[in-house]
Amino acid sequence: MNAKLWRFPGGLHLSGHKTESTRLPTQRARLPKRLTLPLHQHIGAEAKPVVAVGERVLKGQVIARAEGYVSAPVHASSSGTVIAAGDFPVPHPSGLSAPCIVIETDGAEQWCERHPTPDYTAQDPSHLRNLIREAGIVGLGGAGFPSFIKLNPLGKTVDTLILNAAECEPYITCDDMLMRERAAEIIHGIRIMRHALHAAHCIIGIEDNKPEAYAALVRALRELRIDGIQVIQVPTRYPAGGEKQLIHVLTGREVPSNGLPVHIGIVCHNVATAAAVHRAVQLGEPLISRYVTITGPGVPEPRNLEVLLGTPMAELLQQCGADPSSIGHLVMGGPMMGFSVHTSSAPVVKTTNCLLAAEHAPAVQAAMPCIRCGACAEACPANLLPQQLYWHAHAKEFDKAQNYNLFDCIECGCCAAVCPSHIPLVQYYRYAKGEIWTREREKQKADVARARHEFRLARLAQEKAEREARHAQKKAELAGKNAPRETAPH
Amino acid sequence: MLSAILAFTALAAAFGLILGFAAVRFKVEGDPLVDKIDALLPQTQCGQCTYPGCRPYAEAIAKGEADINQCPPGGEAGIIALADLLGRDPKPLNARHGAVKPKMVAVIDEPLCIGCTLCIQACPVDAILGAAKQMHTVIEQECTGCELCVAPCPVDCIRMAPVQQDIRSWKWQAPLEAAGSHA
Ligand code: SF4
Ligand code: SF4
Ligand code: SF4
Repeated sequence: MNAKLWRFPGGLHLSGHKTESTRLPTQRARLPKRLTLPLHQHIGAEAKPVVAVGERVLKGQVIARAEGYVSAPVHASSSGTVIAAGDFPVPHPSGLSAPCIVIETDGAEQWCERHPTPDYTAQDPSHLRNLIREAGIVGLGGAGFPSFIKLNPLGKTVDTLILNAAECEPYITCDDMLMRERAAEIIHGIRIMRHALHAAHCIIGIEDNKPEAYAALVRALRELRIDGIQVIQVPTRYPAGGEKQLIHVLTGREVPSNGLPVHIGIVCHNVATAAAVHRAVQLGEPLISRYVTITGPGVPEPRNLEVLLGTPMAELLQQCGADPSSIGHLVMGGPMMGFSVHTSSAPVVKTTNCLLAAEHAPAVQAAMPCIRCGACAEACPANLLPQQLYWHAHAKEFDKAQNYNLFDCIECGCCAAVCPSHIPLVQYYRYAKGEIWTREREKQKADVARARHEFRLARLAQEKAEREARHAQKKAELAGKNAPRETAPH
Repeated sequence: MLSAILAFTALAAAFGLILGFAAVRFKVEGDPLVDKIDALLPQTQCGQCTYPGCRPYAEAIAKGEADINQCPPGGEAGIIALADLLGRDPKPLNARHGAVKPKMVAVIDEPLCIGCTLCIQACPVDAILGAAKQMHTVIEQECTGCELCVAPCPVDCIRMAPVQQDIRSWKWQAPLEAAGSHA
């Protein structure tokens, strides 16, 4: 396809390290004895448990329901018995534990009743969104935002649906393998998404370092006799898979600062999410498994595994020939945007795309003073001034960092990668964002406290007034009663 | 037990409604400067500034009767914000008013509670629920951590506990810096 392409600013050429994990076909991960399912695997409110300890559950059964609009339910990924509900280690940069439901599997893999809707074309888009919501589908590219929300055009016209198949971060190959092995599922899912959005155009954007996956998509489109979906190869340059960057490369349109793609008529979903949508709607299967890349220098047989959500990471490392106890550095995600997982007993969750394992953490070079070389600004794909952001975050001048569009930073790490002074720039931005969010939350809390305090003062004043009124009345009554008595005897 | 929970939920809902009204009806008509200062204060309503609440302290600052460094819950960030607003130089917290402490909430040891209602009378934000001779409980979300309920309790069943950190309240820390790592 020789479509016209645009170029996003900055970016880096990184060594891909992708072939390591694409040599072997994807295998199913072994059924673990225990599945630990966190209630919070998505952006939004934590799901609410609907099963009790001791209860038998079937594969695909809802074990926690969505709470509020921005939320997603959690399903049992295999049949078994609920043996615990409480705080367990989860993959999170804090290393803290969080509420989970633990299922002891029975090996039967017995499904609950499924309700497939093979012919989605007869369905109303809002019904489809509901099915997708109930299936617990969230963005599988890493963000984990509930997908049904991004399938609602909200009265705006969506002219283009973009499928993100760029997978630009080194080491990660789960989307690549999914496209090679399950291209038809992805295409079916895309058609459902398109139906829900009424999108006129549809483009799959894929980096040109994945020729097999590209060929598989083109072949599937031909075999299924589907036209109207373009597959476009984009130059391999990190972070081509950033949502705003991919949109820019494919359409030349720029998502405004603090804006959403839908504001410029575009919606972007990940290809693995599309496959999950197909399974949810046409097979009636909720999101209970995903492809995960197990790779890195500490993994003897790197490959992709199809993993039931809730499977302990340690078991996946073992299945790929690694001894979890010798892994000193485990990252969820890729080397640029991933975060360290504190224990390999943590489970795979909906957003786990890759496990990157090594015996030791890479040596961190000591940070030196900023020499104002400007290399960071040249590398930034979001057109930011990383050096200014750093300066203000460092000085705790968070408002000023915000004025330099801190919240447009996608934390891609390009700036830190090129910084000759090895300043951990992204960590400063995450810190500054966290402080701003915390202040915002505290301000909201203070506003509530102020209102409650004022209400209390008003209530006390009213009570006092009432007391005084009663008092005055009593006095008056007393005076009224006493007066005649006083005069009577005379 | 269930009826108690229902009653509390209903109460909480009612408070929510009332608050809306309160904000409109009982808004203290005020001096815009006092409002601006009050907006920067943490609303803990603890009285450590020696004034009976944040707004009286805001009024005192506006009149020039109080300094800007008397509020421990506001901490350094609060002082800097006040200094910014008033065009003055920030100064360290006046230690006479207390020290900066991590965020706390009051917890009532419920089996010990005798239902005397003294804590309810002390709470500046009505964050304690309960009736005479009934067990009392703190609505954790609404508690400002002012500690005003601790002293009045005749059976010492209220203690202050640090706010538990979870993955939602957790935040990234600033990178550790070696000496001289920045210009
Ligand atoms: S790359 Fe590093 S040293 Fe150069 S200007 Fe940016 S922050 Fe400063
Ligand atoms: S991490 Fe943020 S500031 Fe740095 S290059 Fe990426 S988008 Fe720009
Ligand atoms: S010390 Fe601070 S939080 Fe406490 S009442 Fe005074 S202004 Fe409010």
